Amino acid sequence: MKARTLFDKLWDSHVIVTRDDGEALLWVDRHFVHEGSHHAFRKLDEKACDVAEPSLTFGVADHYVPTRGRPVIADPEIAGMVQRLKDNTGKHGIRQFGLDDPAQGIVHVVGPEQGLTLPGLLIVCGDSHTSTHGAFGAFAFGIGASEVAHVLMTQTLWQRKPKRMRIIVDGALGLHISAKDLALHVIATIGTDGARGQALEYAGEAIAALSMEGRLTLCNMSIEAGARCAMVGPDELTFAFVKDKPYAPKDDALAAAIREWQSLETDADAIFDRELRMNAADVAPTVTWGVSPEDALPITALIPSPDWLAPKRGSYVTEALTYMGLQAGVPLTSVAVDRVFIGSCTNARIEDLRAAAAVLKGRKAKVPGLISPGSSTVKRMAEAEGLDRIFTDAGLVFAESGCSMCVGMNGDLVAAGERCASTTNRNFKGRQGVGARTHLMSPAMVAAAAVTGHLTDVRDLPPVRS
Amino acid sequence: MERFTTLTAIACPLALENIDTDQLIPARFMSRPRAAGYGGFLLHDQRFGPDGARGFILDSPAYSGTRILVARRNFGTGSSREAAVYALWDFGIRCVIAPSFGDIFASNAVKNGLLPAQVSEIEADQLLAVLSDAPAPMMTVDLEANAITCGNQSIQFVIDPVRRLQLLNGWDDLDLTLQHQAVIQDYRGRRARNQAWAFPTIN
Ligand code: SF4
Repeated sequence: MKARTLFDKLWDSHVIVTRDDGEALLWVDRHFVHEGSHHAFRKLDEKACDVAEPSLTFGVADHYVPTRGRPVIADPEIAGMVQRLKDNTGKHGIRQFGLDDPAQGIVHVVGPEQGLTLPGLLIVCGDSHTSTHGAFGAFAFGIGASEVAHVLMTQTLWQRKPKRMRIIVDGALGLHISAKDLALHVIATIGTDGARGQALEYAGEAIAALSMEGRLTLCNMSIEAGARCAMVGPDELTFAFVKDKPYAPKDDALAAAIREWQSLETDADAIFDRELRMNAADVAPTVTWGVSPEDALPITALIPSPDWLAPKRGSYVTEALTYMGLQAGVPLTSVAVDRVFIGSCTNARIEDLRAAAAVLKGRKAKVPGLISPGSSTVKRMAEAEGLDRIFTDAGLVFAESGCSMCVGMNGDLVAAGERCASTTNRNFKGRQGVGARTHLMSPAMVAAAAVTGHLTDVRDLPPVRS
Repeated sequence: MERFTTLTAIACPLALENIDTDQLIPARFMSRPRAAGYGGFLLHDQRFGPDGARGFILDSPAYSGTRILVARRNFGTGSSREAAVYALWDFGIRCVIAPSFGDIFASNAVKNGLLPAQVSEIEADQLLAVLSDAPAPMMTVDLEANAITCGNQSIQFVIDPVRRLQLLNGWDDLDLTLQHQAVIQDYRGRRARNQAWAFPTIN
């Protein structure tokens, strides 16, 4: 048999039928919906259709939920969004992780945590960061509202097979350097359209050494490089993570599943359409300076100056720096921040909170900040470990779980003109609020910015005297 | 779905790259019902500030009635929000021309009858230049011929052939899928038998 990549295997096992023109109808194993899925439910109602597979569909309240003062939602429009998801899932017999559910959280954190995300599955959600779930060796991608409606009605989706790309990362990441830094480094290297529409597999020593949380962060950010989906081949670490999760297979069923999952690896002589090799040793703590995730540089660098660049790129940089309120050519570490945010499906898992707490322990933040755990489960874990005390002792607010200041839909906004050091995934204009200025970085780097009040190389922080 | 064959209309140059879907429609408008129309939200924060209209190019009288946009690379990158397409559509836009598109955006666009026409960076720059200089910035986009005509320029654009047919015929995926009901059920049966682990259980 022809050598196949991990992606080929995932694709082949989900094809129901392929048309002469190359479009394939794929089976969907898991479909997550959230408050934003209301457009799709409306389409369903218009056609008077039922949900084809309610037991493969899961609702998660995350985009609009408040992070404080629950369960009261003061804004009627926001309350309506949360209620509408509850109504729509209730009406169609879909399990919902709602506002008052102990397992509530951000959809891309809840899926893995609940054992709904497994190797070998095809997973979709009306959210671009669905690529996250590929960290388990799943075929996971974001879809639009029309496609959400199609999946609700048929549990299938028409797709054209994407090209396959692999990034091999050799070596080891340095101290304090995380999957987030690697992700920003990759995006800065290949550009926000560098993996456009492709199925991107990560492999190599540095990837194998990443925790599941780290792999989730890396696959999550791959959409910012334009990838259709991203994945890491499942290994012992993956199988150990899945074990004992509420919805995951148990005992004999798990053993059988693992036997099958072990074949989910790229064959030795499989061919990729494109391959890149990077060295983990080249990755520094990385931060963004502009309004696109590709505008990322090592923290040791200077803010780019339009004078150093070709005219077209120069005018882009001028515009980005104007929006960001930054001076060209000065060190990144000289940039003062107004607030910090630790949260989002990119970086709010327990390992991320631990990394931030390790920096914040015994220190005080110079600026205000909000920490919203990736899920209510993560929140309880953090509390059990005493991380909440470290955060509040540092002067930061430790709140409930949701998308929160990643997108500001629940009202957690960065004010116009304010500068936020953030563990999120998008530094687009206005993403965190009208006129908000976002710098993306890892949890440890955000914590470092909190304690100094400016962008800071976490490696340079002096040890805390006890 | 509305069919797209050929369109002659005013075209507006947006000489910007990375116009992401967060810009196309800011998140705060997405809880609104579609029935009221999303056109007013299109590029809202570029068009309107705290003191009202900012004189953004889309709102200038020369481009009133615009149905075609020309932009730089990576149009529609970012969030999967189909509301970005609704905002364009409700504003009156039926075609966006750019050197590259966000993957999910392009798919959403076609599903709503909006044509994402891909040209090279150089061609996009040429079109942007012609439009900026033209007193009456008209353009013809012919999907049958994959051709854009603007002033004395004529350019071939690229679109996935399957998407092209879908737009030309106004096809809806769902009608097509329902013809495959039997094979879908067969597949489901096989999956449940052979990969029981792929179906969630709680115990
Ligand atoms: S945390 Fe941010 S990126 Fe993740 S799902 Fe929520 S809004 Fe989207």
